[in-house]
Amino acid sequence: MDRRWPDLFTAVPLITPDAYPPMSEQKPPIPWWRDRRVIPWLVQGVVGLAMLVVIALLVGNLVRNLTAAGLLLSWRWLGQPASFDVAESLIPFDAAMPYWRALVVGLVNSLRAIVVGLVGATLLGTAVGMTAYSGNGLVRRLGRIYVEVIRNIPLLLQLLFWYFVVFLSFGNGTEALQIPGVVLAKSGLYLAWFAEGWSWQGPQLVNGIWQAPWRFSVEFAALLTGLITYTGAFVAEVVRGGIAAVPRGQWEAATSLGLHWSQSMRSVVLPQALPVIIPGLNSQYISLAKNSALAVAVGYADLYSVAETTLNQTGRALEVFLLLLGAYLVIDLLISAVMNGLNQLVQIRER
Amino acid sequence: MLQLRRLLSASPLLLALVMGGCADEGSGGGGVQSEKMATIRSRGKLVCGVDGKLPGFSFLGPDGTYSGLDADTCRAMAAALFGDPGQVEYRDLNSSERFAALASGEVDMLARNTTKTLSRDSAGGNGISFGPTTFYDGQGMMVPAASGIASLKDLDGKPICVESGTTTELNLADRMREQGIAYTPLKFQTGDQTYAAYLGKRCVAVTSDRSQLAAKRSGFPDPDQHVLLPVVMSKEPLTPASINGDPAWADAIRWTVYALFQAEELGITQANVAEKLAEAKANTNQGDLRRFLGVEGDFGKQLGLPADFVVQAVTAVGNYGEIFERNVGRASALKLDRAENRQWTDGGLIYSPPFR
Repeated sequence: MDRRWPDLFTAVPLITPDAYPPMSEQKPPIPWWRDRRVIPWLVQGVVGLAMLVVIALLVGNLVRNLTAAGLLLSWRWLGQPASFDVAESLIPFDAAMPYWRALVVGLVNSLRAIVVGLVGATLLGTAVGMTAYSGNGLVRRLGRIYVEVIRNIPLLLQLLFWYFVVFLSFGNGTEALQIPGVVLAKSGLYLAWFAEGWSWQGPQLVNGIWQAPWRFSVEFAALLTGLITYTGAFVAEVVRGGIAAVPRGQWEAATSLGLHWSQSMRSVVLPQALPVIIPGLNSQYISLAKNSALAVAVGYADLYSVAETTLNQTGRALEVFLLLLGAYLVIDLLISAVMNGLNQLVQIRER
Repeated sequence: MLQLRRLLSASPLLLALVMGGCADEGSGGGGVQSEKMATIRSRGKLVCGVDGKLPGFSFLGPDGTYSGLDADTCRAMAAALFGDPGQVEYRDLNSSERFAALASGEVDMLARNTTKTLSRDSAGGNGISFGPTTFYDGQGMMVPAASGIASLKDLDGKPICVESGTTTELNLADRMREQGIAYTPLKFQTGDQTYAAYLGKRCVAVTSDRSQLAAKRSGFPDPDQHVLLPVVMSKEPLTPASINGDPAWADAIRWTVYALFQAEELGITQANVAEKLAEAKANTNQGDLRRFLGVEGDFGKQLGLPADFVVQAVTAVGNYGEIFERNVGRASALKLDRAENRQWTDGGLIYSPPFR
């Protein structure tokens, strides 16, 4: 037979059967150090051990050096008199009280700024976030400009601007900025409120000094304005994103039911946007809490400011910083816990 | 397997790094053992912590050079170490950062108008080693001339601006508490913010060391509109410092500063130091001068410095009197009197122990 074409359809063994190892029953057992079930444990054990050794060495080194310098952790100084004053305090404080009390004053001041800041930023951010879906082009564009301007400027710069340029430009006494119910002076922000017997009482000028039921220092006002406008811009973006996640059909369905814009937003769209909004808000809230430590730039006596004074007078850097780190960690974890709880509540229950 | 092998080969290296960090050092040869001075020498530069924004003490000028009494202290140290006052790297530090920067070794020394106090000096406090005081200061209070405030009593119920983390803050609280004056302390982290708030009229007074108030006032748009109240609220000996634990380095700083005092006492100036050196070399009977200028004896070696460290320091910045007059004295923008900062021979507090 003339084989001009290669035989394409006959299987030709590439390797002769002799090349395969004999399939004998006496296969040598795999040694344990090559066992796939053992290796991961081995690797993790070695890594874990190395980590422990490194940590032990570092901690040992720290303790040894601190002992040598006589600076080993000690908390007795917390009970000694602070000997410094704090500009404003919600709880009674004077210079003869101990350091821990001063730190509590700072913590309360911080919490005040954080809580009011959170509420303010949420209200402002939600309002601005909704404007992105407004039918009014001017409102829509103003909202956009606000978000883009505010979120692209460093917060520290904004705080310094609010304090030194805006709030310190108001006069004192009769030169203060007066709006019915509100007076803005260098000495503070004065608000009207109900006095005894439910009578509405506005700020009054007594002997050249303003008196009002509510007074905030300009430092607090500047910090709050900065925090609220800054975080508000980020919250607005989160809210806008949340609303965008609601299917268009929901809007159309609401409109076809005869609801107008604000009704559809409030009753149909926002409730469905919440599950998307809340996780995003969580991180904004946490960053607001952390950013509140910038208060020291505008002279507000927050936790960081008090801790800094404490640190410089006691020289206990490690302890003061441990307290500071612990305090901010706890605040942020609390915010997270609350937001996670809230998140559980607003999840859409599917049947 | 590859990962495991890589890890195993890397871990001894890691351990060695950590262990190396713990190993006891300071076993250098020679007469003077100073880890810090060895570090400075090998780096070729002295890292000096200064304020950087305080005219007369340390101020970064438009030409990029530092001037002032504190800056000159750094320069004198560099000259004593290297024979070149230019071998300084300045690090601007605010009052809260300064001790941490010193403790961490980020700066070799502080010449940053720092008040010497017990809690800063003690090993159980900040653990700092202070040199000789280069400026005896006191805390004062500055108010606008038009305010009509004449004493601390007039500040009752008023906001006062103060830089946080300073002895000033503590003294203010003490003095006001003694006199039963209620006030609101507005604390800022930096001097710039403190004086901006004062100039923004948020507070009716600003308190700090008198020299600092005078220095800041010289930079105000209208210096004549602000007055210093005639009160001295504290003792503020402004003193260069190094970290505890390196006595040889602390000694080198101490005696270089004393050399500047001693040079003034002996009438050795920047202009005539070369002449004096020639005189000392020529006259073997002038033992004091010869030892002081390093012609004979081994003072330099005892300190771990070059033999001619005094000559180098004085050549670089002049004696203490010249440094004072140039930076903060009557001829400068600050226009301060020598007052307590005169030589002890003139009834002041500037006193160098003998170079023996």
